[in-house]
Amino acid sequence: MSNIIQRNKSEKRFQFYGLLAVGLAIFLLLILLFKIFSTGFSAFNQTYLGVKIQIEKGENLAELDARSTLRKNLRNMFPEAQSRSDKKNLYSLFSPGAYIEFEEMLEAYDGDVIDGYYYFLASDDLDMYFKGTVTRQGNSAGRIKPSQMKFVDEFVKMNLIELQFNRYLLGSADSRNPEMAGILGAIYGSLFAILIAFVTSFPLGVLTAIYLEKLTKQNAFSDLIETNINNLAAVPSIVFGLLGLAIFLNFFELPRSASLVGGLTLGLMTLPTIVIASRSAIKSVPPSIEEASIGLGSSKVQTIFNFTLPLAMPGILTGTIIGIARAIGETAPLLMIGMVAFIVDIPQGPLDASTALPVQIFLWQDSPERAFVERTSAAIIVLLIFLFLLNITAVYLRKKLEKKW
Amino acid sequence: MTIEFLILTILGLTAYSFFLSKRKASALNVINPLDVHSQPHYHGLFSAILTIVPAIILLFLWSWLENSIFKSNLESYFSDVVDPYKINFYVSGVKSFVAGASDTLMNHSNFSAAVEYYETSTKMSLALKSIVIVIITLIAFRYSLNLVTAKFKARDLVEDIVIRTMKYASIFAIFITLGIVLSLLFETLRFFESVAITEFLFGTHWSPQMSIREGQVGSSGSFGAVPVFTGTLLISLIAMLVAGPIGLFSAIYLSQYASNRARSYAKPIIEVLAGIPTVVYGFFAVITVGPFFRDLGIFFNIDGFSSESALIAGSVLGIMIIPFIASLTDDSLSAVPRSLKEGSLAMGATLSETTTRVIIPASFHGIVGSFLLAFSRAIGETMIVVMAAGFAANLTANPFNAVTTVTVQIVGLLTGDQEFDSPKTMSAFALAFVLFFLTLILNIISLSIVKKFREQYE
Repeated sequence: MSNIIQRNKSEKRFQFYGLLAVGLAIFLLLILLFKIFSTGFSAFNQTYLGVKIQIEKGENLAELDARSTLRKNLRNMFPEAQSRSDKKNLYSLFSPGAYIEFEEMLEAYDGDVIDGYYYFLASDDLDMYFKGTVTRQGNSAGRIKPSQMKFVDEFVKMNLIELQFNRYLLGSADSRNPEMAGILGAIYGSLFAILIAFVTSFPLGVLTAIYLEKLTKQNAFSDLIETNINNLAAVPSIVFGLLGLAIFLNFFELPRSASLVGGLTLGLMTLPTIVIASRSAIKSVPPSIEEASIGLGSSKVQTIFNFTLPLAMPGILTGTIIGIARAIGETAPLLMIGMVAFIVDIPQGPLDASTALPVQIFLWQDSPERAFVERTSAAIIVLLIFLFLLNITAVYLRKKLEKKW
Repeated sequence: MTIEFLILTILGLTAYSFFLSKRKASALNVINPLDVHSQPHYHGLFSAILTIVPAIILLFLWSWLENSIFKSNLESYFSDVVDPYKINFYVSGVKSFVAGASDTLMNHSNFSAAVEYYETSTKMSLALKSIVIVIITLIAFRYSLNLVTAKFKARDLVEDIVIRTMKYASIFAIFITLGIVLSLLFETLRFFESVAITEFLFGTHWSPQMSIREGQVGSSGSFGAVPVFTGTLLISLIAMLVAGPIGLFSAIYLSQYASNRARSYAKPIIEVLAGIPTVVYGFFAVITVGPFFRDLGIFFNIDGFSSESALIAGSVLGIMIIPFIASLTDDSLSAVPRSLKEGSLAMGATLSETTTRVIIPASFHGIVGSFLLAFSRAIGETMIVVMAAGFAANLTANPFNAVTTVTVQIVGLLTGDQEFDSPKTMSAFALAFVLFFLTLILNIISLSIVKKFREQYE
């Protein structure tokens, strides 16, 4: 036996290791969150360039060609840009979205004379430079060439460059141009998929749980179902994707990339989680209440639907929300059923081709444009906030509604 | 009449039959109210079920039959095309043209004839379907109303239907497993028709790229999956090396040392790690962990350090499975009876001695079970490795080199342009089959270990 001082020392060391492990786990979480939030925060604003627009009386605003008019006004601001390449460099500071914005402005404009400074969407390269993501080296920064930089410096000098709220990020679907790309299409896809997953898995899961808990005796059949469900809960999600591919796409010939198929696949994946959570919630309802109901003459089914199920509902809902939250973040099964495509339209229904939020994140992180890095992080922030809200709801439900017997 | 309108009609009739039967049942003219077997709403429910079920069955059967008939008829329009894939392409072209999703007339002599056929016959079918279904629903509706009498045992029937539905719902879970096994098995067996099973299991060269055109030189696929398996193993082992100690020591600290207050804060925070979607970990690996390790590699002058090295993917995977190990191990440690712990402490052992010599041996089964579960999760994890590890299959045990995993290969083989029926596509199913059985065996073993351990102290 070693002496007491040494033993106490090793006791302290052991405790320190434990503390270190907990600290390390929390530290890693904080690093991850900090990195995502610090990269993604800037994507909620975006760079706009001011242009002096002068349109005289007598022009029919709605019939003006937005593209050429905006370019003409730009040339008026920079009369020194004479050569073809100079003009091209000047135009390329703007996003293709700038012309669309100008067109919308012209259509909505009331008066017949425009004279003043208006701000239009800048290109992603300028956005990255203005936000400081790419640093200036001499007269170039990232993909901004020296021949463009002279115009950028002019804009800065005239104080015509500013950050505005990024209305594209949350208001539009995917785009090849990072400055115009948004996650609204993906959010719709996710919502459709989750709705379908919930509608399919919740009734099935709850009915299964009731049957296993209340209506069957323990025998070989119920054991088989029980082991089966426990094992399904641990099957890798990508295998469910292959199941969806084989069953829904190849056998039932449902449309590829549709959020309907994604929802059904996610529903199958969530089913075991809901069954397991529902069973433990049903199990925790005290038998005395059920026996009282039976004693007063209710049938078994009446007892279940009038007493057991309402009392178990908070627990069932908590488990369901947690299962659904996991399904929202799931990417791999959706890749298998083709929900991984470049889709510029916002899906109108569950049969339209769409992506989902995590898949959009996966697609964006793969893009070479620098500006997609911060937008990927921003999409992750939106996803994490959504998951956080769901989990808070689950915790709230458990705290508020659960009765202690 | 559109399909939505038909469904609305059926639903409306169902609701109406519920209320009508309920009303009739409550107005039943009997001398003694106890002579009525069931309460009015049971009569209503039974009528509603009787009204809606034939309609739904008919609707599904009809749509299914209609689809297969239209498909074979449409295919006959393009029977001169040899390539079955091309026929499919034309058929879906016709369908999307009629649906208004596209307005391109495809370049085939029979295309407009096929469009005309499909347009008229779908319209016909819909009209016929609507008439037949509405008539049958009305008959069922009328019949169910006749059933409402004092002696009719509506409650027994409804409850019987409910119990049956529950039974079928629970059997559905078995069908999911069966579906997984069959769909994987079917493609896997077809895969082994073109590639020998011994080559797949023992071959050491994996490059599934098949020649796209016949006779193309230098790109015949080879399907030796050993490098894929070793890559999976290497990454999962690295993950376990990261997560094992951190998870185990966190669990020990939280269950033995931490105050209740600290525990109630730290445990949920660690569990947040389990709630973060894996695609986020993948992104984290790409933008933070990857560059960090690359800088370390340059600093220590390590040769051949790949930016997609097993080390990067493995360590991020490890972060992901920390909470699994921590919470499962915590459960096993907490399940050890207090008497054992207190006995040891009373004999003068320090808490660390008690933990290492009494509590851990007593909960050893549970800890092993939790490690196995975490390992199976690491093997099946997809997004982190897809984003952080590479597609190239190298047979190496060097953690600084790029390796690939089973899941990465499945994603790589099944996304993008697929050729159906090529060994390349089917090999993904064979890999998934191996993955499914590997994780299944690990789960069964670990669940039975955990269960046995739990029974030991109950």
